[in-house]
Amino acid sequence: MTTDFEPEILMFCCRYCAYAAADLAGSMRLTYPANIKILQVPCTGRVDIIHLLKTLESGVDGVFVAGCLKGECHFLQGNLRAEKRVLAVKQILCAIGMDPERVGMYNLSSAMGPRFAEIADEIVKKISDLGPNLIKSAAHKNVTVHRI
Amino acid sequence: MVVGGGVAGIQASLDLADSGYKVFLVEKSASIGGVMARLDKTFPTNDCSMCILSPKLVEVGRHINIELLTLSDVNTISGEEGNFEVSITRHPRYVDMDKCIACGLCAEKCPTSVPDSYDGNLASRKAIYVQYAQAVPLKYAIDPESCIKLTKGKCGICRKKCPTGAVDYEDTRKDIFLNVGAVVISQGAETFDPAVHDTFGYKKYPNIVTSLEFERILSASGPYGGHLVRPSDEKEPEKIAWLQCIGSRDAHIGARGYCSGVCCTYAIKEAMLAKEHSKSGLDTAIFYIDIRTNGKDFEKYYNRAKEEAGIRFIKSKVTEALPVDGTGGHLIRYINESGKRCEEEFDMVVLSVGLGVTNQGADLGQRLGVDLNHYNFAETSSFSPVESSVAGIYVCGAFQGPKDIPSSVIDSSAAAGVAGSRLSGSRWRLTKTKEVKKEKNVAGDRPRIGVFVCCCGTNIAGVVDVTAVVASAEQLPNVVYAEQNMFSCAQGTQDKIAELIREKDLNRIVVAACSPKTHEPLFQETLQSAGINKYLFEMVNIRNQCSWVHKQAPEEATQKAMDLVKMSVAKAARVQPLKEPILQINQRAMVIGGGIAGMIAADNLAQQGYAVDLVERQARLGGNALSLYKTWKGEDIAGFVKQMVEKVEKNPGITVHAGSTIKKVDGFVGAFGTTLEKEGCREVLDHGVTIIASGASELKPEGQYLYGTDDRVITGLELQARLARRDESLDNVETAVFIQCVGSRIPERPYCSKLCCAQSIRSALELKENKPETEVFIVYRDMRPYGLREDLYREARQKGIRFLRYNFDKGLDVTNEKGCLKVSFTDFVLRRKMVLSPDMLVLAAAIVREKNDPLAGFFKVTQNDDGFYVEAHLKLRPVDFATDGVFLCGLAHGPKPVDESIAQAQAAAARAVTLLSAGSIPVSGTVAQVNPRLCSSCGVCVSVCPYSAPRFSEKTDKAEIESALCKGCGLCAASCRSGAIALKGFDDQQITSMIMCA
Repeated sequence: MTTDFEPEILMFCCRYCAYAAADLAGSMRLTYPANIKILQVPCTGRVDIIHLLKTLESGVDGVFVAGCLKGECHFLQGNLRAEKRVLAVKQILCAIGMDPERVGMYNLSSAMGPRFAEIADEIVKKISDLGPNLIKSAAHKNVTVHRI
Repeated sequence: MVVGGGVAGIQASLDLADSGYKVFLVEKSASIGGVMARLDKTFPTNDCSMCILSPKLVEVGRHINIELLTLSDVNTISGEEGNFEVSITRHPRYVDMDKCIACGLCAEKCPTSVPDSYDGNLASRKAIYVQYAQAVPLKYAIDPESCIKLTKGKCGICRKKCPTGAVDYEDTRKDIFLNVGAVVISQGAETFDPAVHDTFGYKKYPNIVTSLEFERILSASGPYGGHLVRPSDEKEPEKIAWLQCIGSRDAHIGARGYCSGVCCTYAIKEAMLAKEHSKSGLDTAIFYIDIRTNGKDFEKYYNRAKEEAGIRFIKSKVTEALPVDGTGGHLIRYINESGKRCEEEFDMVVLSVGLGVTNQGADLGQRLGVDLNHYNFAETSSFSPVESSVAGIYVCGAFQGPKDIPSSVIDSSAAAGVAGSRLSGSRWRLTKTKEVKKEKNVAGDRPRIGVFVCCCGTNIAGVVDVTAVVASAEQLPNVVYAEQNMFSCAQGTQDKIAELIREKDLNRIVVAACSPKTHEPLFQETLQSAGINKYLFEMVNIRNQCSWVHKQAPEEATQKAMDLVKMSVAKAARVQPLKEPILQINQRAMVIGGGIAGMIAADNLAQQGYAVDLVERQARLGGNALSLYKTWKGEDIAGFVKQMVEKVEKNPGITVHAGSTIKKVDGFVGAFGTTLEKEGCREVLDHGVTIIASGASELKPEGQYLYGTDDRVITGLELQARLARRDESLDNVETAVFIQCVGSRIPERPYCSKLCCAQSIRSALELKENKPETEVFIVYRDMRPYGLREDLYREARQKGIRFLRYNFDKGLDVTNEKGCLKVSFTDFVLRRKMVLSPDMLVLAAAIVREKNDPLAGFFKVTQNDDGFYVEAHLKLRPVDFATDGVFLCGLAHGPKPVDESIAQAQAAAARAVTLLSAGSIPVSGTVAQVNPRLCSSCGVCVSVCPYSAPRFSEKTDKAEIESALCKGCGLCAASCRSGAIALKGFDDQQITSMIMCA
């Protein structure tokens, strides 16, 4: 594995909790690596399996979903359903020989800015250890990738 | 009429105007904003002050029912509540507001420079000026004292340069007469001027500055562009000292005896920010008497400053700040906590100046016949904290006492609530309704995207290369225009964006700035004003989620900002105009909690004409106040509570549900359905809004300091109850000891319980009064009787109550030795072990809340680590929840004394009325829609939706979604196996387009 690998990570954050926690991390001037990009969704319940798979297909090295604390979803159960979908994606990844750790779910409240920064550090470290997404390097080698 | 356009006046105006009243906002300077507009950041979140204030300024400027009268003074008021005649003088601006386009050509060429008071006189401005870049109204004004055309009749350059002919040297003062129903005075405060009595040589030496001047030094829009330098040589200082209580807690001539309440926390903020600004490991020290961080989350801020930021806190009495020859530095001589003389040199000294009533404020108060106290603050009772002595004249903000922004905002909403309750008969009589601008139909047009990248002063541009981001945005598909702005949220920029939309025929807008949570509505309104649908907008957060968190890696941050803009541009190309469904608001309110806060909120709502269900868990109303004796001012709480309970129970508009608990909550803003259980019977109540006033309780410190095992050890609340019933046990007390901060300010509960210091002093004085020979000791860590409570502290010391500061790190023990109570601790000043033998020991116990309150889950609201509810915004939305239609007040929000609970309850009611009085509100256009051709009628959407929005159409047998019920979570869209459901604004195409750019 190369040491200068800078992973690209996409995080789906729900509007009411995770996105607000990321905002708070900023207000508190905490720092975390710039490898993480946030895509805001109204609720993690909006995140479908296809979105997570498409993200990995596009060559992103890790994709995560961050929603409200369990039992505190603004839309009642969206985060619980998102968690099930994340598990389903993990199974698909196992089946196609990809590390299931490239996808994951986190729960945090809007007051948990420091936790958000911690999660960001954690994720970047984890994906850095896993190395680049093979779909990306396969694409570089002009290997045909079967569209999912 | 609201007098004073600071943050307090702004909030009061908005709340009144939103509840159906026509508002005149009178401001003496050329633009609104007040002191808050001059601050760099705000504690305890270090949020940029201007960034959070600016949307409110713009809202006032645009509000159809607020008429802004700038450069105006109130002369006289006659008449009575409901019908006041007001005479106002409007001073000439010499610039026609209708013609001025704020292009700035006039100021560029104006030959006269004067010190800029907005910048603490550290920089200069021209004689024709705007106070600051984001000013509302953004119109130039001529300062008649320094303009040479107006003083000497020569010059006239600005009139020649003005492209619109707005300059008018013949402008004259005008007298305006208004007829208004109520008056709210929010004249605000000014900082103490240390030059008057030559405090520490301020004004003689350039490197001694006041804290407000230091705010400007830190500010990106300040005199040094946000670089931390000292005024004498513009070099970066290596050591800065803050001297606390300048002009506060000082009974000497010229100073004020009270505590200003805000300076400790702002000094901590300034020290933290200065450290962040400095490149060379700045050393900061705060010289203080007591650190008073008693607001919500302030104690944690203090801990962070001490433990993480490494700010030094020196308890001391500073005697002088001698200039050191040739260096520009100052030698601070002080007496430290153990009475030793010490000295230390600093490069720069900041005087933490206190707050006081402005002369104009006091003058106005006198002219209107409003009672002022001996410090010239408006006199109010703890039970009606925003009502002045004249019926119909209300007070809020720092005109009522020194206070911070959240307290001012709470007071202002409260003043709006109380004024509204007296005028409810004329609601919506004089208001105008907004004309809805016809939207241009852009559906089907090729996207023409405009990208605006905000520098946010240096907040963004200090880390991210904004010019590069703009350059990369210009290359993106469908982008026809991109530019950078100093502050995208400023009124001027807003007008410019609207102009560009028309000029360049833009039909999609992307703004890369701060958080959509605070600023999205502002930009959306700009789109509407330019005649395009507000959903044709995307916001990129390159501040909170880029520049602020990646300041260690500017290149990566810039790249990330470019990528984020690319993602949003891709999505923007695919967004469509959306319609907003209208939601009816049920005209009933529910108040949860029957303590003082709950009763006051219910009473105010009923007075404003709305039916209220008041739910109380206990069998009787009153809450904690049933055990309270007197407020710190000595007012009788028991009598007040009794009167309040009667008033509420007799009010036909209020239905009291005592002994009831909440079992289930359905619905959302406008249509809540709450299930109550009383003695096993369940009942469902429908209501449109909810106020949570569920209180908190005093910690029972079982096992600590012999509490629970020795009858002589009681809590502060128990003592109050004994005082209230004149308990005989008190007659035999010869020595009483109070221990402060029992269970507060410890790692397990890192917060200050705020009310205990003043309560202990009050109780101590009562003991002394009942029996003057009683020996009373108060053993403390920091005494925190903030604001005017300092007077009480002084009185207590004069009356012989002994205050002993103990060394917390060395501990405090209470033992029972042969039947004698022994309190032993190490005294800070004497640095020796001391033992007291009281026959009554009072523990000032913490205010605590249960951490897993089921209400939090029911209403989808958040509790913080200490169990208190988290408001929507600590500074500017202190009684709102992030969940629409739910408001909070009282101890459930955080520890606070009775007067503040009452103000907050009135504020919560006022905020609730802004919704109730509207009758119906448009809800988000982000709703799901079914494509019937793809729907296979499987029923998954019907079963997963928590709001029962989808159902099967009787005609077609396909699923349909009721848009007024849909909350836009997108669960159905993600669950639909046929791909038939799209969540508008977040459909698969839009999300995928973003993913592909990530």
